[in-house]
Amino acid sequence: MSTATIKSKEAGWRGLDILQLVLSLLAVGAMGAVMWASLFYARDATNLAGDEQLAQRIFYIHMGCNIGALAGFLVSMVGSIAYLITRNLSWDRLSQAAIEVGVVCGLGTIITGMFWAKPTWNTYWTWDPRLTTSTITVLVYLAFLLFRNGIDNRQTRARFGSIYAILAFLSVPLTFYSARLFRSIHPVVYGNENPDAQGGFSVGASMTQTLMISIIGFCILFSALVILRWRQLGTEDALAELREDLE
Amino acid sequence: MIGVERDETKLIARPVSMRLGGGMLAFLRKVWAVCAKDLRAELRGREVFSTMTSFSVLAVLTFGLAFDLRVPRSEMIAPGVLWVVILFGGVLGLNRSFGAEVDRGTLPALLLAPVDRSAIYFGKLLANLAFTLATTLVILGVMFFIFDVNMFHPVNVLGVALGILGYVGVGTIFAALTASSRARETMLPILLLPVMVPVFVAGVGLTAGVVDGKTFDDLRQWLGILAAFDLIFVIVAYLLFDLIWEDA
Repeated sequence: MSTATIKSKEAGWRGLDILQLVLSLLAVGAMGAVMWASLFYARDATNLAGDEQLAQRIFYIHMGCNIGALAGFLVSMVGSIAYLITRNLSWDRLSQAAIEVGVVCGLGTIITGMFWAKPTWNTYWTWDPRLTTSTITVLVYLAFLLFRNGIDNRQTRARFGSIYAILAFLSVPLTFYSARLFRSIHPVVYGNENPDAQGGFSVGASMTQTLMISIIGFCILFSALVILRWRQLGTEDALAELREDLE
Repeated sequence: MIGVERDETKLIARPVSMRLGGGMLAFLRKVWAVCAKDLRAELRGREVFSTMTSFSVLAVLTFGLAFDLRVPRSEMIAPGVLWVVILFGGVLGLNRSFGAEVDRGTLPALLLAPVDRSAIYFGKLLANLAFTLATTLVILGVMFFIFDVNMFHPVNVLGVALGILGYVGVGTIFAALTASSRARETMLPILLLPVMVPVFVAGVGLTAGVVDGKTFDDLRQWLGILAAFDLIFVIVAYLLFDLIWEDA
């Protein structure tokens, strides 16, 4: 019976594969649009000059990556809780896929932030709450990926991973809050003003539109990557099961 | 001969009545039974406290040597050194908490004990708390002499106790998670330290404030973070601890 299903899976493209291809192509196009909008369409920030003005354009990538990281860690939290309730490994695979993509986006946020910080704050690094929190969060989820690799039993790996993901996610707001009691120089572009912030800028219409393009673009990229990795992990597990059946 | 036998029965611990259920008092007795088992093993084997203390004292001396000629006043680094040493030294004890059970092959026996898994969690937590607090007392004493900084201020002692409670609260469940994994000794600090950042930052903030002679009103918020961390994580760890050994 299992050989029959394998054969039917081998036979050409299925509907989901085509959807996946469309989504991936859409993500490539969206990234092109983000690059065009952030480099050419968005006007210069009026209150900045020189290097700072040029560097400010990295904001659109910085923010997009940040959205991807945030989405990844939120999805992993949902996936972990859902796994512990339903015990369906598909949720665990979703959680792992989201964390892998989230870690890459988180590293992207940190690296783009460092390049932006050098001309603006005159340092690559400072222990600002947002910097501290994003870095520690990436470290937490890197630890998650390392930890999972060390557990052989598939169900145990899923259960332990979910338990750790829940505890780790809870520590993130506390990390932010405790680091905020130290000083902060990170600009808050939307929402409350930080009187001590440096490198903030006033937002014009073209900039808001570019930011929207960037956020939507990165959301598409995020979904495409997570779904691709999710299905890949599903195939991996199915393969491992077949191998066990053979032995 | 009869006298010797009597002595031995005394040492082998009075049987604790372990009815399932039975209200709060019975639960506390079970927690104490698990904790007392660890404390008794420690009193006889002297394995955890001695390792933690000697590592921590060594770490304090190393920091003292490293910063001696570079830092004008030791008050500047003492708070950071204290909390780094607590976090790093604590890992050694936490690793043994369930690691020793796996090595001796006593983990199945512990899990077979007719108590809730949460009683095991709180028992282990109490034992780890006792070891880490005892080690920290030694660290504070050594730092008093090496760095010439008195950190026995009551507010600081309260903050250190709260911080250690949160540390072992999370550390106990992580030690249980890593106990049966392949790279136990290396995995636990990698999992634990990033989650401990709120405790670390708040602890350093509090101790630095105390050393700088700030008023209690300035220090209250750090104690608040530490207390909030303890409350959230001990409750969530208690809820999740049941799920760890469900197939064992």
